[in-house]
Amino acid sequence: MSGKSRGSQAERIRDVMDAEGDAVATNTRGFNAGRYESVGKLDDYEALKDRAREIKEDAIERLPELIDDVAEAVEENGGTVYIADDAADANRYIASVCESEDADRLVKSKSMTSEEIEINEHLEREGVDVVETDLGEWVLQLAEEAPSHIVAPAIHKSRAEIAKLFEERFDPDEELESAEELTMFARERLGELVRDADVGMTGANFVTADSGTIALVTSEGNARKSVTVPDTQIAVAGVEKIVPQIEDLHPFVELIGRSGTGQDITSYVSLFTPPINSPSVDFEDTDAVIEGTGEDREFHLVLIDNGRMAMREDEDLRETLYCIRCSACSNTCANFQSVGGHVFGGETYSGGIATGWEAGISGLDTAAEFNDQCTGCSRCVEACPVGIDIPWINTVVRDRINDRTDVDAEFLVEGLTPDTERSGPGIQKRLFGNFETLAKLGSAVAPVSNWVANTPPAARALEAVAGVDRRRPLPSFSRRTFVEWFESRDAVPPADPDRKVVVYPDIYTNYMDVERGKAAVRALEALGVEVLVPPASGSGRAPLSQGMIDTARHKAETVSEELEPYLEAGYDLVVIEPSDVAMFTGEYERLLPEAAFESVAENTYEILEYVYGLVSNGADVDRLRHADGETTVAYHSHCQQRTMDLAAYSRTMLERCGYDVETNDVECCGMAGSFGYKSQFYEQSMDVGENLAGQIREADADVIAASGTSCLDQIDDLLEEKPKHVIELLAPAE
Amino acid sequence: MATQRTEPARYDRFERTLEEYGVGVRRVRPAAVRETIESLRVGSAVGTPLDIEGAALPESVTTGPTTAELEAAETGVTSASLAIAEYGSVVLRATAEGSEPISLFNDRHVVVLREGDIVPDMASAFEWFGEELRETRDSAIIATGPSATADMGALVQGAHGPKEVEVIVVS
Repeated sequence: MSGKSRGSQAERIRDVMDAEGDAVATNTRGFNAGRYESVGKLDDYEALKDRAREIKEDAIERLPELIDDVAEAVEENGGTVYIADDAADANRYIASVCESEDADRLVKSKSMTSEEIEINEHLEREGVDVVETDLGEWVLQLAEEAPSHIVAPAIHKSRAEIAKLFEERFDPDEELESAEELTMFARERLGELVRDADVGMTGANFVTADSGTIALVTSEGNARKSVTVPDTQIAVAGVEKIVPQIEDLHPFVELIGRSGTGQDITSYVSLFTPPINSPSVDFEDTDAVIEGTGEDREFHLVLIDNGRMAMREDEDLRETLYCIRCSACSNTCANFQSVGGHVFGGETYSGGIATGWEAGISGLDTAAEFNDQCTGCSRCVEACPVGIDIPWINTVVRDRINDRTDVDAEFLVEGLTPDTERSGPGIQKRLFGNFETLAKLGSAVAPVSNWVANTPPAARALEAVAGVDRRRPLPSFSRRTFVEWFESRDAVPPADPDRKVVVYPDIYTNYMDVERGKAAVRALEALGVEVLVPPASGSGRAPLSQGMIDTARHKAETVSEELEPYLEAGYDLVVIEPSDVAMFTGEYERLLPEAAFESVAENTYEILEYVYGLVSNGADVDRLRHADGETTVAYHSHCQQRTMDLAAYSRTMLERCGYDVETNDVECCGMAGSFGYKSQFYEQSMDVGENLAGQIREADADVIAASGTSCLDQIDDLLEEKPKHVIELLAPAE
Repeated sequence: MATQRTEPARYDRFERTLEEYGVGVRRVRPAAVRETIESLRVGSAVGTPLDIEGAALPESVTTGPTTAELEAAETGVTSASLAIAEYGSVVLRATAEGSEPISLFNDRHVVVLREGDIVPDMASAFEWFGEELRETRDSAIIATGPSATADMGALVQGAHGPKEVEVIVVS
């Protein structure tokens, strides 16, 4: 990507944030808070998620067989099933149904799959009047805009904008202002349009193979009307929506509303077994009695492949098919909260999981447009009701995008990019992906490198060549690394240590934040532990975050080889940087042979987790430094640390050492490794960070602490106040 | 399922959850169903016949309505096959008597159900759905509270469906 295109991307993001950012932020953060509250009320939340996941795994595994079962059930019920290879195929079939019904109007309830195939445009061309009856979708149809959220499509529009839109389009007799007035106006208007509709179209949240039942999760009642009034119903659904039997709907019904908009359940969960045994309503015949089992009804289920069966064969994209489109991954995503689906989205889908959908359905070009919005913070993984590893899908797709990118300026960073990528991820990604090399070099020539890098000419050059935003202060390298400090010190190891530990010199601690490394060593030794800090390679987090999987794998193999002798000798592995804890206990499973992964993962501890363990097992907490009188600390835990459930250890240890701890509900600081340094994303990163800065300011604490390098840098940039790592507060003085 | 006795806690749970959704609920004897419906009726009313021993619709509720009567009505009265205490949901089965349009097109929906048909949780409800729907290939709605939308900038009740729901539990 050139400097120019980075500039225009930054401009586009700025425009969307200006126009839509406030509405999107308020709504998504509200949904996200609602999710925590609503799932918190479930005693068996984790068990329901596990069951939901199991059902999806089984259904996708048996998909070809289940498609046959659905077809059989629907035909027994008196309906027709059409399997469409792609969007064009589906559209042709749907148009032919409308033609044979001589349909003038089709009313629709909300369906993302129908957006995917662009059925509205197709039918309009065929002369059918298509009316979206979901209020949000209707607003967008009138405004000729695309959804910005998969569940709440008009989330980006304010009430005032909707009022203005209705004013312009309908010139109503009375001024419409309140949400109530706008809703009643839409209800009336749409009610009229539903009355004489010829065909009703719905999507399907789930389709059951045993009975041909379509489950629709809605709140307005428009889907019910769209099914009940016309005598012809069409349902469009991706093939992945099939579950084996009715009972399988149970965990999803409990999870979907809670996970998405934070509702325990939506107003209507319709279990339609079409053609439904219920009379159609012919409003044109006012004397017609409403009765009967709907003998006049016709039903067409259009099951859409459109790339899905190929996704099923794709080891890395397959998990995407488990998605139930609840929107949890959008709402919980700090980046999405700032920009919404018009930036973080492709042709149809938006949010974290959209990368999988768009890559599988529209191809890599579409996915490439927004894939970098995922920073791998991992907050969506625990929010996802079927536990999809969304960051991994984003990483894999990024790697595939890298593999086909043609780069001609590689020579500029030759020597700085000793990666093992077979092709070109682009100069910006390679610079950040090879941050370890840069850090080594920066450290070797520090402090000169620090003076030079932050001078205006150097900052301009870095921005022009590699897209490192010049407004972002660059990290400052330490001349003496953490490992060098450790080797050079005259410390006598404890004679009879309770435990033996290797403190992993992650690249940030080793080359930049050496103080927190020293603090970790002091704290551990004070608690009676023998500590070693051997030289070790970077974990591979930096290249992995840029989609450079081969390079990350190479790093993982190197780290594993370097550390294995210590692990075999009974050393525990203590890690300061949370993103590396996540690598060792998470992503390494995908990068290393099983035995190597297990050895590293089973012996890895986050530093405060380890300190907590020592103190809980009898180490003297008084050996640690305690708060000086009444001291409050505003503590921001790292995104991946939260996902791993490790944040509580930091909080607890701070409290045990006398601090009053204030935490926040910000999912991610917005820096997220390299994201906040990239010139195309700098402003978005600062916008995400402002949410955090606001909460920290509000806490008005004596001290600010954080756990991740990114978070520490971001807080420093936002508040111009240098926060400390938790271990620096708790380690005894030098 | 209709014959089993519901322990009192189940009704209480159902009542509490309904109240959270702003749904009115009262427990009455079969003989009092008629007057209770009458007291809840707003404007003209349409309905489906009640299949509960000793309970009847008031004369003011038209069964087997024409489309004109459906449109004119402000109240729709239907029975529910099941209720889910944990969620405050009622299960509306689509029937040949027009339960689906009658429960949907009016501003006020009055639901009548047997106390013995209240199940504790969603898992029990889906056992019932599995058996019933697989066998009959019928359709049913799990309805919880009134129709709602937040698409116009704030939560509004009565987007397309009823604005108010009233529940009568027959003991």
